[in-house]
Amino acid sequence: MSHATPQREALLVAEKLTRRFGGLTANSNVNLTLERGTLHALLGPNGAGKSTCINMLSGDLPPSEGRILLGGKDITGLSNHQRSRVGIGRSYQRTNIFPKFSVLENCRLAAQSRRQQPWRIVKDAVRDPDTLARAHAAIAEAGLAGREHRIAGQMSHGEQRQLEIAMVLATDAQVLLLDEPLAGMGSDESAQMVELLKRLRENRAILLVEHDMDAVFAVADTITVLVNGQVLESGDPDTIRKSPAVQQAYLGHEGADHV
Amino acid sequence: MNPTSQRLILPLLLAALLAFPSFGSDFYVELVAKTLVLAIFAMSLDLLVGFTGLVSFGHAAYFGIAAYAVAMITPKYDPASLWLALPAAIIAAGLAAFVIGLFVLRTKGIYFIMVTLAFAQMVFFLFHDTNLGGGSDGVNINFKPDAAIAGWAPFDLNEPGQLYYFIVAALVAVYGVLKLVLRSPFGRVLIGIRSNEHRMLSLGYATFYYKLAAFTLAGALAGVAGFLYAVLSGFVTPELLAWHQSGNVLLMVILGGMGNLVGAIAGAFAFTAMQEAFGAWTKHWQLAMGLAIVAAVLFLPGGLSAIPARLKRAMTGEEK
Amino acid sequence: MDFYSFLIQSLNALQYGLLLFLVASGLTLVFGIMGIINLAHGSFYMIGAYLAFALTSLTGNFFVAILLGIPLALAFGAALEALLFAHLYKRDHLEQVLLTYGLILIFEEVRSLLLGDDVHGIPVPEIFAASIPLNDTLSYPVYRLVISAVCIVLAVGLYWLIQRTRLGMMIRAGSHDRDMVQSLGIDINRIYRTVFALGVALAALAGMLAAPISSVFPGMGSQVLIISFVIVVIGGIGSVWGALIAALIIGFADTFGKVLLPDFAGLIVYLVMAVVLLWRPEGILKKG
Repeated sequence: MSHATPQREALLVAEKLTRRFGGLTANSNVNLTLERGTLHALLGPNGAGKSTCINMLSGDLPPSEGRILLGGKDITGLSNHQRSRVGIGRSYQRTNIFPKFSVLENCRLAAQSRRQQPWRIVKDAVRDPDTLARAHAAIAEAGLAGREHRIAGQMSHGEQRQLEIAMVLATDAQVLLLDEPLAGMGSDESAQMVELLKRLRENRAILLVEHDMDAVFAVADTITVLVNGQVLESGDPDTIRKSPAVQQAYLGHEGADHV
Repeated sequence: MNPTSQRLILPLLLAALLAFPSFGSDFYVELVAKTLVLAIFAMSLDLLVGFTGLVSFGHAAYFGIAAYAVAMITPKYDPASLWLALPAAIIAAGLAAFVIGLFVLRTKGIYFIMVTLAFAQMVFFLFHDTNLGGGSDGVNINFKPDAAIAGWAPFDLNEPGQLYYFIVAALVAVYGVLKLVLRSPFGRVLIGIRSNEHRMLSLGYATFYYKLAAFTLAGALAGVAGFLYAVLSGFVTPELLAWHQSGNVLLMVILGGMGNLVGAIAGAFAFTAMQEAFGAWTKHWQLAMGLAIVAAVLFLPGGLSAIPARLKRAMTGEEK
Repeated sequence: MDFYSFLIQSLNALQYGLLLFLVASGLTLVFGIMGIINLAHGSFYMIGAYLAFALTSLTGNFFVAILLGIPLALAFGAALEALLFAHLYKRDHLEQVLLTYGLILIFEEVRSLLLGDDVHGIPVPEIFAASIPLNDTLSYPVYRLVISAVCIVLAVGLYWLIQRTRLGMMIRAGSHDRDMVQSLGIDINRIYRTVFALGVALAALAGMLAAPISSVFPGMGSQVLIISFVIVVIGGIGSVWGALIAALIIGFADTFGKVLLPDFAGLIVYLVMAVVLLWRPEGILKKG
């Protein structure tokens, strides 16, 4: 995987992120750098602290210590909706959409968040050309063109996962935090999603939390392995594959067959 | 009810309302006028309960505050100007909703229900215990507001017929405002919050401020209803803010099926009809009302507006 | 305010707070464990007071009335849970509000049909009718001390029940994780029924105890209901000990408010709630 430009631009940087729950330390001194044009995968066994980490990056959970920088600016103090406004988009492990709305309305609401204008009471929301154009573009990019008027809750699981990504795209996010987008998908759907992730990477920075080893090693530019809330190893897929520590701690058990 | 049939039915309903005084007796004209006031009240609550997902159990506070505003602004021996009293009532109710909203919107779920009730009760005691508005006895409004602008009076609220049409106009106006709001980007966000507030947050919406705006608007529109009630009845008591009033209006919204403005109007009429029917039948009409409510919750989820769909399903089921 | 007046008001505040705790503890348990908002809970207090009135009139003895009233209230609670509330656990809060609101109307009208709308009084039982003299002019009624003592005994009993018994263990587990309790093979429905009946009985007992000092009147239920809501909000939903602390705070705020700021007496408890909400939106003690 060496499509990256020589001058890599660090978009999102996490420094020494630590999160404690009572006496339990879920994340300890985690450092991460997400660069534009790359896909960074976060691996680790269940309970390694992946969800805690992504929740801190998206602003759903405040860190106990450490800081988060976006384009060099400290955004640690921003809440989740403020982080969305500065360009960090997130998808959830458990599908988190508006099940009763159409695909278009799901994405239209997402796009509308970029130009909220709540004081314009006389305006017809569904006729705003700019918002509609963003929504349609996001739907097309996520591969849902032609299904705009389906009711989100009635679509297949795979389509709902795609919709979730389309919603993030409609917010024009530069940093995508994707929490197990492949979970529960069939192999066809998985392959499609992997292709989608490759396309999305082009001009954005992506953090991918994923269990599917094949997928991770197929798309990731950088992999960080988290064990017991700490970074065990970080590097390109080859480094990770060859790392004795990773093999022993993680790949040795559940992942060995796949590598 | 689907949109097309609503588009047909609405003008018919409006025509029926406009024609009603020419064949209804005075008693029924006043009853319908009172019901229309309740319909405005119910629509304002539906913005919160039905469209934003905020179950407020203290909506009577804003209704009552507006009614008291009219009482306080009306001099003892003169009418107040309509063009002063109406905005004052709306602003008083909206302002109260804004301040209370700052507190109650910090809570969610069961908490929200209880806290809205508690704050409404606080306002109730403010009028009940202090001399602010005549204490527990309430206060008379001796003169209905004067509609004159610089000496010219377009209509006279002392005429029951003209007051009736004024109330119909207010109903249409409030309905129009709510329709407009719900169609706007702001309204779409409220509906999104009802569906999935967490997702709205992660999409970049500061939902607290949207909810606060909705709460304030709903309070101000309840103020329109409170104003009309005070003008119609000429008498204001703390009972207007009592929690039974909040319960009754919630009942109307639910009866009509939440998230449906026409349903809220229907709910107000159903409520009045039940009150009148049970009241004519027995002194203990609340017993029948209570039994009807309990039966409705147990056997009829979805409210009155779900009845057509249920009948349809039952009928097509029989045809099979 | 001299020392003895202060003492009297403090004892009144304690007694009022403890009585409110009896009502609020059942309410907060039903909220916390079953996730049900029950507007009709105040009616149980009203029913208790009217039970005490009716049974005292029938038997001529207040203590017999209480001894008969408690099992009646328990049975009433269990029956109500089985017939109505068991159908509400999976419904949303709105439907719970609606159904329990309908129940209030029914309870009030049935009360009106059976016993009328008059205000009644029950004499304080003779053994407790005395007053303890404090100085030349002031004295304190023994019966109020008895109420406080009974409430303290019940609070200790509740503590023992929740912390030390198997049922209490299940109640605590149930308020944390319903699924886990069920997976342990515990009959959750039986726990619900027991807790609900217990809550009804505590509220009714509070009404019975209060009857001799507060008189028995229509609308007494809704008054107590809303104050109990305030207590549950301040204490934190599901927390019995939060409810105890909050009930005492409200007891003192209300009693001293009436003495010091009589014009704003009704407002004070709500102002306390507003302050607590600003400070801790989830209540003093969170659920647990």
